[in-house]
Amino acid sequence: MSILVNKDTRLLVQGITGNEGLFHSKQMLAYGTKIVAGVTPGKGGEWVLDGKVPVFDSCKAAVNATGANASIIFVSARFAPDAIFEAADAGIPFIVCITEGIPVQDMMRVREYLDQKGTRLLGPNCPGLLTPGEAKVGIIPGDIAIPGNVGVVSRSGTLTYEVLYALKLVGMGATTCVGIGGDPVNGTNFIDCLRMFEDDPHTEKVVMIGEIGGTDEEKAADFIAKHMTKPVVSFIAGQTAPPGKRMGHAGAIIEGGAGTAAEKVKALEAAGVKVARHPEEIPDLLK
Amino acid sequence: MKLHEYQSKQIFARYGVPIPKGRVASTASEARQIAEELGGRVVVKSQVLVGGRGKAGGIRLAKSPKEAEEVATQILGMEIKGLPVRKVLVDPAANIEQEIYLGITNDRAARRPVLMASAAGGVDIEEVARTTPEKIIKVHIDPLLGLRDYQARDIAVGIDLPKEYWKQFGEICHGLWRAYVECDATLAEINPLVILKEKSLMALDGKMLIDDNALFRHPDLAEMRDVDEEAPAETEARKYGLSFIKLDGNIGCMVNGAGLAMTTMDIVKLFGGEPANFLDIGGGASADKVAAAMRIILSDKNVKAILFNVFGGITRCDEVAKGILSAMAEVKPDIPMVVRLVGTNAEEGRKLLADAKMITAETLADAARKAVAAAKA
Repeated sequence: MSILVNKDTRLLVQGITGNEGLFHSKQMLAYGTKIVAGVTPGKGGEWVLDGKVPVFDSCKAAVNATGANASIIFVSARFAPDAIFEAADAGIPFIVCITEGIPVQDMMRVREYLDQKGTRLLGPNCPGLLTPGEAKVGIIPGDIAIPGNVGVVSRSGTLTYEVLYALKLVGMGATTCVGIGGDPVNGTNFIDCLRMFEDDPHTEKVVMIGEIGGTDEEKAADFIAKHMTKPVVSFIAGQTAPPGKRMGHAGAIIEGGAGTAAEKVKALEAAGVKVARHPEEIPDLLK
Repeated sequence: MKLHEYQSKQIFARYGVPIPKGRVASTASEARQIAEELGGRVVVKSQVLVGGRGKAGGIRLAKSPKEAEEVATQILGMEIKGLPVRKVLVDPAANIEQEIYLGITNDRAARRPVLMASAAGGVDIEEVARTTPEKIIKVHIDPLLGLRDYQARDIAVGIDLPKEYWKQFGEICHGLWRAYVECDATLAEINPLVILKEKSLMALDGKMLIDDNALFRHPDLAEMRDVDEEAPAETEARKYGLSFIKLDGNIGCMVNGAGLAMTTMDIVKLFGGEPANFLDIGGGASADKVAAAMRIILSDKNVKAILFNVFGGITRCDEVAKGILSAMAEVKPDIPMVVRLVGTNAEEGRKLLADAKMITAETLADAARKAVAAAKA
């Protein structure tokens, strides 16, 4: 069992003929993900990946022909908002946007529109998600995680890999690992994932990896205290980050004294969450 | 990206927001000349990208052109919070009846822009928000609909603005909204917006923050960046697409991924060291980029050891290793270096570095411990 994606997910790749799109589509196919179509305007009618995947000019055409029910976006920041709108308009219920660097005002408009349509977005600026042994939708290296009973949700990319790898080294695996991305305005958030993990019968424990900036971790702590029966272990990156400086991710910034790691740790501990001092402590805290 | 007061006000003026007729000077004699042209009393305002200029003595009134020159001489010789003052704005002094705060920013939690106003203007709005939040009136704006007239009216009513000013206030709100949208600002703020004794409104001060991610569609704004006001290493890093922030410690950190870079700093601190920087080389970093990153770290003379922590995904560890080797050949660093490579092509990377006399580490904790020990040795 898993959340959001599994072996039956029929995936569409937007930007499949670009460098990154092609590279990661190959990896996803090799992992066993069912990629049913690609979209690149102007390249409709071509076939890529050794003739395994048909390319269409639009999402609508791709959905009509293949019944795709999820999309992943690998197009550059200036075209990504349009790609998200297009996928939503084609009726795709779940969209994953890997693209980094989308202007925040674009994302506010995207979010508003998607909420009205009832479309779920993961990202942007995220590594996607991985259901070990079933499907990889994104760029998380497939070989660093094994199937298991831990649900993982994270705002970070490589830090998530670090945690999956630390779990694997002690023989622990994941139901699904979800990277929600490091932007200030994004789609799926911690609470959405915590709720899904709580409802997923195969997830027994949850790891939540947060970082400085915003108040999503505090809200998640509140949700955990009120609604989670499964144990949650957490780590918050950015204990040493100075205020007012954006630490790489657009969302990772301490503003007006809010969003510090210390506040987040305090809120999580008050909710009964065990907070690791560094990522390699996480497997021990899960035992 | 932060804009100076004079830059922000010029932008506001383009959207119909009334601003004072002042100009910018980089020398005291220019300041005198501007004061002569303006006539009457002037305000000489330091242009630095930090708050608290007034308290630091960086904003002064002058009654004559001669006094304007004297005051400008003093201000242009000042440092405010570590930043040297290189420019002053000379504005005509205004006859103020009331000061209002007006600003638009991103409300991250609401995922919408928020228009905020307060009758308690002219002061630090964050302080007002902390102590008397009820004095701030807020309206969230639907990003697809934009600001509506009634919302600006609601704000005017909320701050008890006399009816005679509602129309002009509405125009200013719309101007500020358009400036915020069309410049991809994350903050567009007028503090204070004043009611003049002449019975009209004017923006006496202005502040804008521009979304760095949107600069690709605003080449004109990108040119306004004042590189004098940031650490040279940060400017250099941006050129190579690296994300770098200088800190005060002595252990240089080079990491791929922002979250992991922060974590690496944290763990250095946890084991008793102090990180010298935040540095994310990004995904898929090439050898060139890695070499640039290493030069930037080594330009900080406080650095006593470097910790490389790379978890290969899109980034290939052998590429990173090549970058390290080429930078070492070029700058010949004489400080210890700890390297941890995991993931894509880690084995190849380790082989490349085998002869480079680097300290290797398996785990993150191990790497941090070794870096802290090396910096102390």
